Amino acid sequence: MRKKKLGIIVNPIAGLGGRTGLKGTDGIEIITQAKRMGASPESPQRAMEALNVLRRIMDEIEIFTYPQEMGEVEAKQTSFSPTIIGSIKSGNTTPQDTQRAAKEMQKLGVDLLLFAGGDGTARDVYNAVGREVTVLGIPAGVKIHSGVYAVTPRQAGEAAVMFLTSATPETTEAEVMDIDEASYREGKLAAKLYGYLRIPEERQFIQNVKSGGTQTEKQTLQGIAADLIGSMEKDCLYIFGPGTTTRDILAFQGLTKTLLGVDVVLNNQLIAQDVNETQLRKLIVGKKAKIVVTVIGGQGYIFGRGNQQISPEILTKIGKENIIIVATKEKLASLHGRPLLVDTGNVAVDKMLSGYIRVSMGLGSYAVYKVAS
Amino acid sequence: MSDGEKRVFPYIPNSVPEVKTEMLRQVGAHDEMELYVEIPERLRFKRKLKLPPPILDESSLRNHIETLLEKNNNCKNYLNFLGAGAAEHFVPAVCDEINGRGEFLTAYVGESYADHGKWQAFFEYCSLMGELLDMDVLSCPLYDGGQAAASSIRMAARINGRKEVLIPQTMNPEIASVVKNYLKPDITVKEIGYNKTNGMLDLKDLSAKISSKTTAVLIENPSYLGVLENQAAEVGRMAQEKGAEFIVYVDPISLGVIAPPAQYGATIACGDFHPLGMHLYAGGGQGGFIATGDDMKYITQFKDLMFGIADTTERGEYGFGEVLFDRTSYGSREKGNEFTGTSTGIWAITVAVYLSLMGPKGISETGRTIMQMSQYAAKQMSKIQGVKLTFQSPFFKEFVVNFTKTGKTVAAINKALLKHEIIGGKDLSKEFHELGQSALYCVTETKTMADIQKLVTALKEVV
Amino acid sequence: MGRDSKTLLRKFHEAKWDEEIIFEMSVPGERGILVREPEAKVKKMVGNELAAVSPKLRRKNPPKLPEINQMRVLRHFMHLSQETLGTDVTIDISEGTCTMKYSPKVQEHLAARHPGIKDIHPLQPAETMQGLLEIIYKLEQFLKEISGMDRFSFQPSGGAQAVYTAASIMRAYHASRKDTGRTETITTMFSHPCDAAGPATAGYKVITIMPDEEGYADINAFKAALSKHTAGIFITNPEDTGIYNPKIDEFVKAAHAAGALCYYDQANANGMLGIARAREAGFDMCHFNLHKTFSIPHGSMGGAVGALGCTTTLAKYLPIPQVKFNGKQYYLDYNCPQSIGKVRSFMGNTQSLLKAYAWIMQHGAEGLRETAICSVLNNNYMLKKLSEIPGVVVPYAHGKRRLEQVRYSWEKLKQDTGVGTDDVLRRMADYGLEHYWTSHHPWVVPEPFTLEPCESYSKDDIDEYVAVLRQISKEAYNNPEFVKNAPYNSVVHKVRNSSINEPERIAVTWRQYLKKKGPQKPLAHDK
Repeated sequence: MRKKKLGIIVNPIAGLGGRTGLKGTDGIEIITQAKRMGASPESPQRAMEALNVLRRIMDEIEIFTYPQEMGEVEAKQTSFSPTIIGSIKSGNTTPQDTQRAAKEMQKLGVDLLLFAGGDGTARDVYNAVGREVTVLGIPAGVKIHSGVYAVTPRQAGEAAVMFLTSATPETTEAEVMDIDEASYREGKLAAKLYGYLRIPEERQFIQNVKSGGTQTEKQTLQGIAADLIGSMEKDCLYIFGPGTTTRDILAFQGLTKTLLGVDVVLNNQLIAQDVNETQLRKLIVGKKAKIVVTVIGGQGYIFGRGNQQISPEILTKIGKENIIIVATKEKLASLHGRPLLVDTGNVAVDKMLSGYIRVSMGLGSYAVYKVAS
Repeated sequence: MSDGEKRVFPYIPNSVPEVKTEMLRQVGAHDEMELYVEIPERLRFKRKLKLPPPILDESSLRNHIETLLEKNNNCKNYLNFLGAGAAEHFVPAVCDEINGRGEFLTAYVGESYADHGKWQAFFEYCSLMGELLDMDVLSCPLYDGGQAAASSIRMAARINGRKEVLIPQTMNPEIASVVKNYLKPDITVKEIGYNKTNGMLDLKDLSAKISSKTTAVLIENPSYLGVLENQAAEVGRMAQEKGAEFIVYVDPISLGVIAPPAQYGATIACGDFHPLGMHLYAGGGQGGFIATGDDMKYITQFKDLMFGIADTTERGEYGFGEVLFDRTSYGSREKGNEFTGTSTGIWAITVAVYLSLMGPKGISETGRTIMQMSQYAAKQMSKIQGVKLTFQSPFFKEFVVNFTKTGKTVAAINKALLKHEIIGGKDLSKEFHELGQSALYCVTETKTMADIQKLVTALKEVV
Repeated sequence: MGRDSKTLLRKFHEAKWDEEIIFEMSVPGERGILVREPEAKVKKMVGNELAAVSPKLRRKNPPKLPEINQMRVLRHFMHLSQETLGTDVTIDISEGTCTMKYSPKVQEHLAARHPGIKDIHPLQPAETMQGLLEIIYKLEQFLKEISGMDRFSFQPSGGAQAVYTAASIMRAYHASRKDTGRTETITTMFSHPCDAAGPATAGYKVITIMPDEEGYADINAFKAALSKHTAGIFITNPEDTGIYNPKIDEFVKAAHAAGALCYYDQANANGMLGIARAREAGFDMCHFNLHKTFSIPHGSMGGAVGALGCTTTLAKYLPIPQVKFNGKQYYLDYNCPQSIGKVRSFMGNTQSLLKAYAWIMQHGAEGLRETAICSVLNNNYMLKKLSEIPGVVVPYAHGKRRLEQVRYSWEKLKQDTGVGTDDVLRRMADYGLEHYWTSHHPWVVPEPFTLEPCESYSKDDIDEYVAVLRQISKEAYNNPEFVKNAPYNSVVHKVRNSSINEPERIAVTWRQYLKKKGPQKPLAHDK
């Protein structure tokens, strides 16, 4: 059996701001300020926590990493003998280094790429390899909005072990979020769906006897698709929001939807893709229309975190009764009772959407869930 | 017991007042009713339950129950010829020994480490039934044969998406009723008629009713009326031609001598395993089974838990685990296949013991003895004036006897037989008008020649 | 010998027989039992019993059952029995919602051995089984009083089947009123899976209400879900978290206002006997798991009874036959034209009914109430002790009393050590405890475990159980890898499950396993 290949990328400046209360470390001024405040980077420590878990399969894997503080130090300190690739300017690493490292590891055919960092690091990895490589984030930054990260460094390690030792490794897609840094430091959160990365499927019960606790995403989606498609009306526009769920639903109908955009379907045909607000407004004039969206991000947003093209005006025109929410039972359960969220930018529309809404979880399977703004 | 002295119950250890007081103290409650603070007053039951005063000592309880049970006549002090879905068969002592074992009797859903024995027993139940049925796949047991038949049909409908099922008109009314309710609202039931002379399925009627809408054809073999369906293979061929599943409801104790359905084209076999080691228990010994071949098309459609054999971290060791758990309602709630739950586990273990004891020779000999005794009984009964065998067809353990020519109703005959301490065969006159005053007699390996002679003598007097 | 007086831990090792699969013990020619031969005269008269049977229908080759002598068969199954931890041998607080109480042996012996129940044919004339019918009838009267319902059926042979039967009854009820638009049912996420799956099987669309942040089913979501399409609601209360929803009657009122029927899944009734009833909360139907609350043994997953109760309005739809009393005699009434028919052949698991009857007769009103109170006291006592264990989190309803069970979480333990609930579950077996039940799926509470110390367990039993969990927590903090590779003193080692679902490896029977394994192919993980 060949050894599995594991790539490690550590963003050495991620998490620098955390202890100092600075939000994020994008931008040289922030980094300098943080270092002046005596902050020490958190990501190396977190990366090693994850690597320590991987030690128990040391003999079954080969590690590839970037020089010095981008992974070499961390790997060697946890007793691995990594293969070092690429080159950096130590003490002065950049997002481009992260991207180069990811691309090189993709070329090497790594089975899994672990990266320690924050949202910014996730975006860099996404820009480099898209969904071509299976990756997983070790949380090390203060702001983690992207769903590509494990909850703790240790759990990143556990998930990596499971994925690399599984005979049937499964993957799923998770969101990479783009936060407006400047706004964020001013206390305002304006997030946007940036892209999707491929991560190991969270089959957390896989080793256990009473296992198989959750259906794979695919099987559940088939049911949701069947339910939705069975109810779609003729001559009615269906506006599909971004996300893997809506993309997969339409894939069952043989339609290729954009992952990040808002697409429109009429009588089983895609009539517009990746529309902006203006185009969308024009399309729905004088026509019956419905909106199909899913839950974006770990916080449970249904409007306002990646589908801003579906503006307050459009929402008002189409009406709450024509909004279809699709989500898996597991997704709703993972909210632990917190409501679904809307943030359209318009208080009145937020209010209209708040209350309770029906969610389609599959064929003949629904929930009624709270929505708040 | 004096007033104010609190009663201590042997099954409620912490009813000892001192212990209870101490526990209340530790949870910070002054009064036991404080524990119920979350139940609003308006929902509380205000008075005392009106139940009979408790029988507190075990010997009195025993007397009480025994007195009630002794009011019953049973199939040991009476001679019983009732079958119709619950037949008397021999129960080996080892079967009772094992299903009386406290560990098996009181286990539930423990995982396959501490309860490895239970999981292995179930795996062996499936394996032994698999050999009996000559099929590779079974699930954990179902409530009874009726549920097995009903779920087999739903399995077929999930497989081929069709909504019409054909069942025999002669189907055991107990299980036909279960099936008909269970298939609502989406699957239509059509009945295939039977040949009034030989009691077998009317193939012409089947041909007229089968179509591309048929999800499955289900036959009983032997049929409820006892007859062996000699043309079963032909039925299977007709089903296959139309792309329908061929479901055969069998009597498992016949499979030592009668070919298992898999060998004449059945795609799904089902039935009730009560003959394999259970006492009658007034209908409590029932249990259902469904079996198919090794094909994912079928495997993914079972509704109950399936235990697969697996390796452990120790070489050469067997362990067990759930197979395709998400198939079930335990894994996927309303999206699972139908629903599953606690059913007849202790009986499945009993079946494993029974089949292990019997072995290939035992089960064959049992089948042959049953057929010998039932044929002997039929012959002797048909010699009685006015009594005749309704169908001149091969049967397994049950056969229809016609009493019309005696001028007496079956009801009257059975009432008279009771006075001879004989329980006569099931009265079919209401279910099957066209068969006149007929009864379904069941004769198994539990009946001796002397028993038959006693029946015949009594009948001669009664008719 | 004897457990450690300070730690309360035992040096337990489960029986490990390294037992073969039964087929591996076969010796050609051995007989397990001999079968009665027909008398010579019979054989002479009948001749070849298979003569009239079509050759296609005759079995050509005997089934490949193993050939084993009787003693070995007995020993084999005795070994398997010793490799199982039933309530008779372990402190089974582990199986929350299952109510693993003592099944008194006096009942067991009577029900298993007395010919007055063992040898009764279900179709015997009623006059020959008056004692049995009296027991069934009286049991019905008891459960009517305990629940406040007007009628009971014991035909459903499990809780899930009772739920399904209720869904069938709801369908019949609405159909009889020509109310054809009722296509949906509502349940909650913490209600049992059958509360969703039963109605779904009966053709209904199912709406699930998720728990709010405090663990209660969100009543406003529930009210928003009600409509003229709602046929009925199916709710467990208290749910498996042990939390009693005080607004339960509000749920019922709202449902009734929408024209829906209300079903009370009383799998979790043990803490409420004599304290609160289905009737006062307004329910139209309910069920009790007699193999939980009423002491019928769990039987390694059955013979169960889902006793289904309903109001007079719905009684006409109950399955037939129904046991009735005409003042002089007990009889079976088949004359119920609006009955849904049958859900199980004959009357159901009648031997189990005898046990429930006997149990109630031994307790009376006082005993039932004591059962409830002690089960709730036991649970709250255990809750206090377990909350003190490092790594344990008790989600929801903080500071509130629970009824008879609690859903805990090892989330903190998992975060701190990487050891999760499935690891602790396996390690428990090393101390002689049955593996606990985690939760129904999907897991809403992370790393869950659900425990129910019903009234059968003493304070000392609870202390011993808590001691084991405390010990495992300690082990997890000190040496997580050790706990993760448990069990060590059980029957087998950790099972490799990763490939058990692969089509090429699925083996639910021995013959299927042999075909796939092949005679010489090594096991996948042979080292």
